[in-house]
Amino acid sequence: MRKSVKILSAIAAAAFVSSAANAGTLDDVKAKGFVQCGVSQGLPGFSNPDANGNWTGIDVDLCRAVAAATLGDASKVKYSPLSAKERFTALQSGEVDVLSRNTTWTATRDTALGLNFAGVNYFDGQGFMVRKSLGVKNALELGGASVCTNLGTTTELNVADYFRANKLEYKLVAFEKADEVVAAYDAGRCDVYTTDRSGLAAQRFKLGKPDDHMVLPEVISKEPLGPVVRHGDDQWFDIVKWTLYAMLESEEMGINMGNVDKMKGSDNPGIKRILGVEGDVGKNLGLQPNWAYNIVKQVGNYGESYDRNVGPDTPLMLARGVNNLWNNGGLMYPMPAR
Amino acid sequence: MSDQKPTHKLGEHPDWAPPSITIGAVGWVRANMLSSPLNIFLTLLCGYLIYLSVPPVVQWAFLDADWFGTNRDDCSREGACWIYIGFWFKQIMYGRYPDTEVWRINFAYALLVVAAIPLFVPSFRWKGWLSVFLLIGYPIIAFYLFVGGSFGMEHVETPLWGGLFLTLVISVLGIVASLPIGIVLALGRRSDMPVVKAICIGFIEFWRGIPLITVLFMSSVMFPLFLPEGMHFDKLIRALIGVMLFSAAYMAEVVRGGLQAIPKGQTEAAEALGLSYWKTMNLVIMPQALKLVIPGIVNTFIGLFKDTTLVLIIGLFDLLGMIQLVGTNPDWLGFHIEGYVFAAFVFWCFCFSMSRYSQHLEKKLHTGH
Repeated sequence: MRKSVKILSAIAAAAFVSSAANAGTLDDVKAKGFVQCGVSQGLPGFSNPDANGNWTGIDVDLCRAVAAATLGDASKVKYSPLSAKERFTALQSGEVDVLSRNTTWTATRDTALGLNFAGVNYFDGQGFMVRKSLGVKNALELGGASVCTNLGTTTELNVADYFRANKLEYKLVAFEKADEVVAAYDAGRCDVYTTDRSGLAAQRFKLGKPDDHMVLPEVISKEPLGPVVRHGDDQWFDIVKWTLYAMLESEEMGINMGNVDKMKGSDNPGIKRILGVEGDVGKNLGLQPNWAYNIVKQVGNYGESYDRNVGPDTPLMLARGVNNLWNNGGLMYPMPAR
Repeated sequence: MSDQKPTHKLGEHPDWAPPSITIGAVGWVRANMLSSPLNIFLTLLCGYLIYLSVPPVVQWAFLDADWFGTNRDDCSREGACWIYIGFWFKQIMYGRYPDTEVWRINFAYALLVVAAIPLFVPSFRWKGWLSVFLLIGYPIIAFYLFVGGSFGMEHVETPLWGGLFLTLVISVLGIVASLPIGIVLALGRRSDMPVVKAICIGFIEFWRGIPLITVLFMSSVMFPLFLPEGMHFDKLIRALIGVMLFSAAYMAEVVRGGLQAIPKGQTEAAEALGLSYWKTMNLVIMPQALKLVIPGIVNTFIGLFKDTTLVLIIGLFDLLGMIQLVGTNPDWLGFHIEGYVFAAFVFWCFCFSMSRYSQHLEKKLHTGH
């Protein structure tokens, strides 16, 4: 009898992962001791398994940074791989605390779905890939080209808009699946392959000879990807937002994983404030004063995360471009931490 | 009469060997491949198709393939790169299950094999008890092993489960649970009791009427919204229950097909002997009915085994899902074909074994009527 009770309770414990209802997400996270983070089902450089099978990527780094800020330990994250369809339900139903899953910030999602975008951790956009032998240097030379893309997606519409706006002729060759599009392009059925630029970088490896192809500099659509939280918990929204800002701010201040301990002794008031030596930023967020120190120490600043996961030294070889800091000609602009 | 002299006396004629062109390889080829102009044409066509398809595959998968190495630079890219499968083997087999705990899965596999072997030994006497252990005791032991959290074993959460291990957990549970539930549903559907009959028909038609992909979506997307806030069912358990009920509905119809093939006289004879309803079913009807529908049952099992790949859409990484996932590692991009070929090979091995076992079972249980 007692054994069967024990078995039943073990089953119940495995079946129910309950969290205190109606508590703030921060209290909830502190109580359970980990951040539940929704990631993709595998997108190279954003969230993918490393050689040991652990999650890694630029989206995963954001999860780890939130854990470092709230719990002081970047490893206290549990990942929920989510398909594109179930990701918003998982967030709405409280199954995940934060969704960091290459999700494009759009008006509908921000409003009607009851979600809040806490910022942008990667500015993606649609680009073009061509064979180097074509001798084309930019997209305006693509008049008369045949373009391979996915059927019924925004990519298809963006191409139509772009070519019409620039009064260029083109022929569309569309397929249902990404693998089919790549195969058709590789077989020479079209001159141009178009999808999001981070996708181009990854799909390139499915081509027979990846080095014979190049990505054109033009970006023809806006795909701001960022972390998402639920409506109605402003404190948690602030924490995720400022976690991202702290990663950017520390890059701007020149603080990185290697020098963060030394930087704590810096005389620069900006550095003192972000690292919690001075000021109340951490306290106002409901966190420890050293919240940002933990992020930089354990995860690194935004530039380090970028270079490690998608940057020019990785196989993806994505140049920083618009994802550079504002003072380096990019769009990343952390709000002042004071 | 010819003027040839008979060389043998009547009744003493020796057995001559048949003409050499009607026996052996030559005879077989003539009889089966070249017996008519149409057959000659078909033989040539098939030969040409084999010539077109087989050598390039062998060339790619074996002759030009790379077998040994530790990273992608060891792959020449002229043929298949099986190093890729070797590198990710642990993930493909066990998902993200902790390295130090993988022995628990292996131990459970070994226990299953060891416990199942006596079932195939004809002289083993305690088959009944062993079956009970396999159906009830083993799942409990396996559950403790896989989940952990007791007896000093580390707790391993279900999101870490994956690969072939997860495929087997889902399909074995679906297979084992669907047969008894299916039998009960099939009997219920043929019952004279109106309420039982209505419930069984309703259940079967509901689950058969919706695709498995919808069941999985409902379990992972809609179901959490109905629960009170802050209460979450484990995703794997939701999927398992969905798969179980879904396959039980199909199994019920297969079993019902067998029940309908048994003549009414069998039931009447059993009743005339004074057997109760359950005894009639247990001793007379079911053994005959189930034997008849072995092909149908195994067909359902194989279908279910392959359908488990659908759990990918709710974020669980079965064998196929894990192969797709490890293909997104930036250091190993571009080896998706090797991954898919390997997945197909593993699935084929399992499905083919199930199919062979069912044929063996049919022969063994064949009683000539």
